[in-house]
Amino acid sequence: MIAELGHFALALAFALALLQTGISLWGAAKRDVTLMSAAGPMALAGFGFVALAFSSLVAVYVQSDFSVASVYANSHSAQPLLYKVTGVWGNHEGSMLLWVLVLAIFSALVALFSGNLPIRLRANVLGIEGAIAAVFLLFILTTSNPFLRLDPPPAEGRELNPILQDIGLAIHPPLLYLGYVGFSISFAFAIAALIEGRIDAAWARWVRPWALAAWIFLTLGIAMGSYWAYYELGWGGYWFWDPVENASLMPWLAGTALLHSAVVMEKRDALKIWTVLLAILTFSLSLLGTFLVRSGVLTSVHTFANDPARGVFILAILTLFVGGSFALFAWRAIELKPGGLFAPISREGALVLNNLFLAAAAATILTGTLYPLALEAITGAKISVGAPFFNRTAGPLFLCLLILMPAGPLLAWKRGDLAGVAQRLVVAATISFAVAALSLWLVQGGPLLAAIGLFIALYAIAGALVEFADRTALFRGSLSASLSRVAGLPRSAFGTTLAHLGIGIALLGIVAEAGWSEERIVALKAGDQVLIGQFDLQFKGIIPRQGPNWRDLVGRFEVRKGGVVVAALEPAKRTYLADGQSTTEAGIETFGFGQLYVSLGDPMADGAVSARIYWKPLVTLIWLGGVVMAIGGVFSISDRRLRIGAPQPARRNTVPAPAE
Amino acid sequence: MRRFIFVLIATLSLVSAAFPVEPDEVLPDQALEARARALSKTLRCMVCQNQSIDDSNAPLARDLRLLLRERIKSGSSDNEVRDFLVSRYGEFVLLEPRLNRHTFTLWALPALGLVIGGIALLLALRRGKGIAANPLSAEEKQRLKRLLEGSDVKKM
Repeated sequence: MIAELGHFALALAFALALLQTGISLWGAAKRDVTLMSAAGPMALAGFGFVALAFSSLVAVYVQSDFSVASVYANSHSAQPLLYKVTGVWGNHEGSMLLWVLVLAIFSALVALFSGNLPIRLRANVLGIEGAIAAVFLLFILTTSNPFLRLDPPPAEGRELNPILQDIGLAIHPPLLYLGYVGFSISFAFAIAALIEGRIDAAWARWVRPWALAAWIFLTLGIAMGSYWAYYELGWGGYWFWDPVENASLMPWLAGTALLHSAVVMEKRDALKIWTVLLAILTFSLSLLGTFLVRSGVLTSVHTFANDPARGVFILAILTLFVGGSFALFAWRAIELKPGGLFAPISREGALVLNNLFLAAAAATILTGTLYPLALEAITGAKISVGAPFFNRTAGPLFLCLLILMPAGPLLAWKRGDLAGVAQRLVVAATISFAVAALSLWLVQGGPLLAAIGLFIALYAIAGALVEFADRTALFRGSLSASLSRVAGLPRSAFGTTLAHLGIGIALLGIVAEAGWSEERIVALKAGDQVLIGQFDLQFKGIIPRQGPNWRDLVGRFEVRKGGVVVAALEPAKRTYLADGQSTTEAGIETFGFGQLYVSLGDPMADGAVSARIYWKPLVTLIWLGGVVMAIGGVFSISDRRLRIGAPQPARRNTVPAPAE
Repeated sequence: MRRFIFVLIATLSLVSAAFPVEPDEVLPDQALEARARALSKTLRCMVCQNQSIDDSNAPLARDLRLLLRERIKSGSSDNEVRDFLVSRYGEFVLLEPRLNRHTFTLWALPALGLVIGGIALLLALRRGKGIAANPLSAEEKQRLKRLLEGSDVKKM
């Protein structure tokens, strides 16, 4: 009954989305206020129906109603409640419904918080959002219905894929989808601007909070996914250049470029056409990501669906939106007048350079990801494009970007002074160079590349701090004067500093992990000792342990540092009872920013057990850097400038701040 | 292709939780072992989903790891080992494709993208400069002067 209710709600949501598209776009074209003002309520009602469908699906999963095919295939009655719920989107059908739910949430938010948008722009934006929703709902209803019944109903389900039975599944996909789908708003704004043939600095100010929100979620989603892979897959890697990872990195790069070019547009009324193009590109890459993951065109750890009918449908969606929007762009972009002028050496110039490198990196990753598919389709030759290729091509682009990054915020708008900027950065560069050189001397025989990476990471971090010190006149006047300057800074200034700091911090972690990790691959018997880093691990033996739907073989390790016990690690080999699949559960302990990581292998013939033990100094900085970047985004989004004339429920915060 | 799928299925059903790089595989000579590890990170486990043989616990990956260590011990260079594996499994085994007529575009594109983008930027900038360099006429200069002076008077 609940399943049928969900199915029915989904069909209603589809019909409503069609209406929302037709009425809003028609109303906007005819400038009919009545029709245009219907867009908001329809978006809200659409959200209601999708939410009802999604809740119904959650309900049948929680009840373990195995007469529903999707529940049977992805759940088990003994599964903990958390994994019954997360199992909803741990499969193709449910994850598409989550995608549409997130889309409906964003549409509803636009409907609620865009009262101050020009009504025509608002109607067009909601019309485009409705079109995206309609197409994806049709896709779900025709090829991926999560509510299909089985007859006769099986008595027990087949359990969620053990690798997915983790808290990571509760967080990673929703965050990622909030990011992917969030960029649909800037896409809709771009299409609306093209339809109207009019765009100005206010447009950038309306789009930026939405793009920022999407970017924050995508940043956190990627960082979270990376950490999940790190602790779950059991060999300590955190980024594999897997096509599915690339699918999330590409919109992130394009979205980052979009945020930067939108700043230029908002401040200087320049780069308008490019910003619109980036908004289209970013969402196109999100759709491409969805296509790559969902169509089964790639075979990778993340792909749980292999059905050609779906693939063709998603390819059609992709063609419709990407092709359609590019055609519209080619036709209408000429209507958008280019704006403000600037010298090559200026803040605008630096942001353009940032866009060039980000776009080149995104293009490189796109090519690398699709090239094997295209080559095989055209010539039949099979090649692989993997991590070494991306490290060698995208890596240098990222490093160039980071070297340029500290200079950007120090340059003035319109016309900057390069010599002055160099002067202000020379201290940061010297200190970073000295530390990098020192590291070469300290870690004898350490890789040179690590020292270079260290230099760039430290320089990026120091550069971000120099810019902050510069803005607040730190070390130049009295402390209290500086503090009052800090209080007077717009929040977006903190945002810039934090985001740039975060990137530097993440690189520091990446460099340390690559350059100074230690690894031991050993066969252990009870009582054996392993020395790694400053730690002394003693293997205490193996004990069995029983969970709700799994059985563990737990290896117990006692960790000493300087003779004192500092931790006990319990890595495990976990076997799931329903179908006998097994996973590795790494034992991880954090010391400072570094981590001790132990992963257990199989028992060997002579009674010993194999183990991989790592000491990874500073490794947590990789993800903390991502979190710092996201916090920077939150600061930016809370900036007063974006709230005025931007989505804002109550107008109580618009009192002007006291002058500095 | 059919054989490949068969191997794939056979392997997946066997995924006991073996372990990437077992202790008994490790070469006693540290330098050789480091080379073997670096090399195996660039070779694809043919039956896995986008994993190097260094990361994979599939039996085939283990076989390849043992094979390349044998070769390295007997004095083969990294490239000789790669050539041997390509002759056996095709270019598909290399995670970093070699430069040839099939992969030329792939390797050229990043640099090309940067160069083309850079040129486009320069052109756009020069066009902008053309407009900016458009000098004011004498009459406009006069008007500007008057306006500026006028605002000065107001300020005082």
